[in-house]
Amino acid sequence: MSLLNNLIIGVSLGSIYAIIALGYTMVYGIAKMLNFAHGDVIMVGAFVSFFAAGSFGLPPVVGLLLAMAVCTLLGITIERLAYKPLRQAPSLAVLITAIGVSYLLQNGAQILWGAATKTFTPILEGQLSLAGGQITVTYVAILAVVCCLVVMVCLTLFTGKTKLGKAMRACSEDKGAAQLMGINVDSTISMTFAIGSALAALAGVLMCSAYPVLSPTTGALSGIRAFTAAVFGGIGSIPGAFLGGILLGIIETFAKAYISTSLSDAVVFGVLIVVLLVKPAGLLGKYVPEKV
Amino acid sequence: MSKEPRQQPKLVPMPATNFLTERDIGKPPILECRHLGVDFGGLTAVNDLNLAIGRTEITGLIGPNGAGKTTVFNLLTKVYQPTRGTILLDGVDTHGKTTVQVNRMGIARTFQNIRLFGNLTVEDNVKIGLHNQLKYGMAEGILRLPSYWKQERVAHERSMELLSLFGMEGLHDHPAGSLPYGAQRRLEIVRALATNPSLLLLDEPAAGMNPSETAELMENIVKIRDTFQIAILLIEHDMSLVMGICEGICVLNFGQVIAKGTPADIQANPAVIEAYLGKRKEGE
Repeated sequence: MSLLNNLIIGVSLGSIYAIIALGYTMVYGIAKMLNFAHGDVIMVGAFVSFFAAGSFGLPPVVGLLLAMAVCTLLGITIERLAYKPLRQAPSLAVLITAIGVSYLLQNGAQILWGAATKTFTPILEGQLSLAGGQITVTYVAILAVVCCLVVMVCLTLFTGKTKLGKAMRACSEDKGAAQLMGINVDSTISMTFAIGSALAALAGVLMCSAYPVLSPTTGALSGIRAFTAAVFGGIGSIPGAFLGGILLGIIETFAKAYISTSLSDAVVFGVLIVVLLVKPAGLLGKYVPEKV
Repeated sequence: MSKEPRQQPKLVPMPATNFLTERDIGKPPILECRHLGVDFGGLTAVNDLNLAIGRTEITGLIGPNGAGKTTVFNLLTKVYQPTRGTILLDGVDTHGKTTVQVNRMGIARTFQNIRLFGNLTVEDNVKIGLHNQLKYGMAEGILRLPSYWKQERVAHERSMELLSLFGMEGLHDHPAGSLPYGAQRRLEIVRALATNPSLLLLDEPAAGMNPSETAELMENIVKIRDTFQIAILLIEHDMSLVMGICEGICVLNFGQVIAKGTPADIQANPAVIEAYLGKRKEGE
């Protein structure tokens, strides 16, 4: 039964990774950049929700919506101020800027809210007992999986069936041609950052509800793990982020349970290395050989 | 469509060596370039280009490789901002406008090297062209409100109608990247038409086509002009196409216009012959 319990924990953790990984993968798909500040947007989202509930006594759902709204604005602002001026710059410059923004957010949070770890109040308490108490599932875990599925379905329909979603895919393939078809590339990129950051806020609240500690560096490690999930599944691919996230969550949980808690990250990254050796573009990524 | 050779409409000379076909006389030109020029660092890629195109005219832009033809397209579509001169689209100065804005003002183009969205389906490529004509927002799209369904249905019907111009409606759910070369070229034209242009720019539409495909393309270009009543400016190296359907021809060499006129004028023009074939040596 512990196997099943671990699987449930793994899938729910993986769902959170998948939601974060979607932000990485969508931004990478359209702007061809790795937004390393994405993990810290998660932290900001969690803090907004923490203060909304703790200091202002707002209901958890309102706190969550507020966190998503703040992070949407934050994401758009980061893109406008830090990345947009570098659109024509070499990708290394953008990467370094992203790392800079990441530290800016972490240190800013430290100044504003202090470095001490805070205890996050989960947005949902309680758990479900099944099979005579042998299997327990927290409501947060269920919520995470449900959120992840809803987000996946919505995003798939959005990118596949709506004009803005198609504009996003067109921009990710060829920005120049998209512009010449009358698509505003700047606002499409802004929209992508907005969606990714709103999802980051959702993931931040879910993550801190499942593991109720919050500090300015909370987002950094889960951000890196989710980034790994995005690469694992094939960066740029939305189903890839989903698959990569879930698998990563399961691998991490199993490694913690059956190998060693302190080695779990090593196992996760070891698996990533093996997968990339066999499939360099990730599980669902398309490897495009360069024409010579 | 009849296979008989089309009658060349008579061209009437305009001031400043512009020309318009007779049927466009009295109507303002759709495109007017005045003293248009662009420099890249010290290199003058296009200089003092004057050109007017009538509202339903098919115009050829020809010249040796490197003459600046594609640069002219990039200036018209604001991929490059001109260093000098003005571009008037339907009488409106496009100075300071962006690529997206001039597209909305009525310029659409295809590319020398095909730039379709290869992972999107044929129909979605056309719908990208319809993007600005669909007026529903993000929330309506995600929640699938009635306006979403209504507008997407219109977009679907319009896409199919445009695809049927080239008999491609059966291919609508194929990924664009999987189409054969000729069909990709045709799809690029359909996608450009979807943006509802008043001036269509075709960059080497017949490149890589065999003579029978080129002949079909020529018919199609004329059909498009007749159906949509728009102006077409095309860059082409295939002289059978240029001389066959263009009513006016503008010849560029080293970024300068060296000749303008009807196909017959151009064929007889010594400057053009020199640019293409080189100067005859003394005593030969």
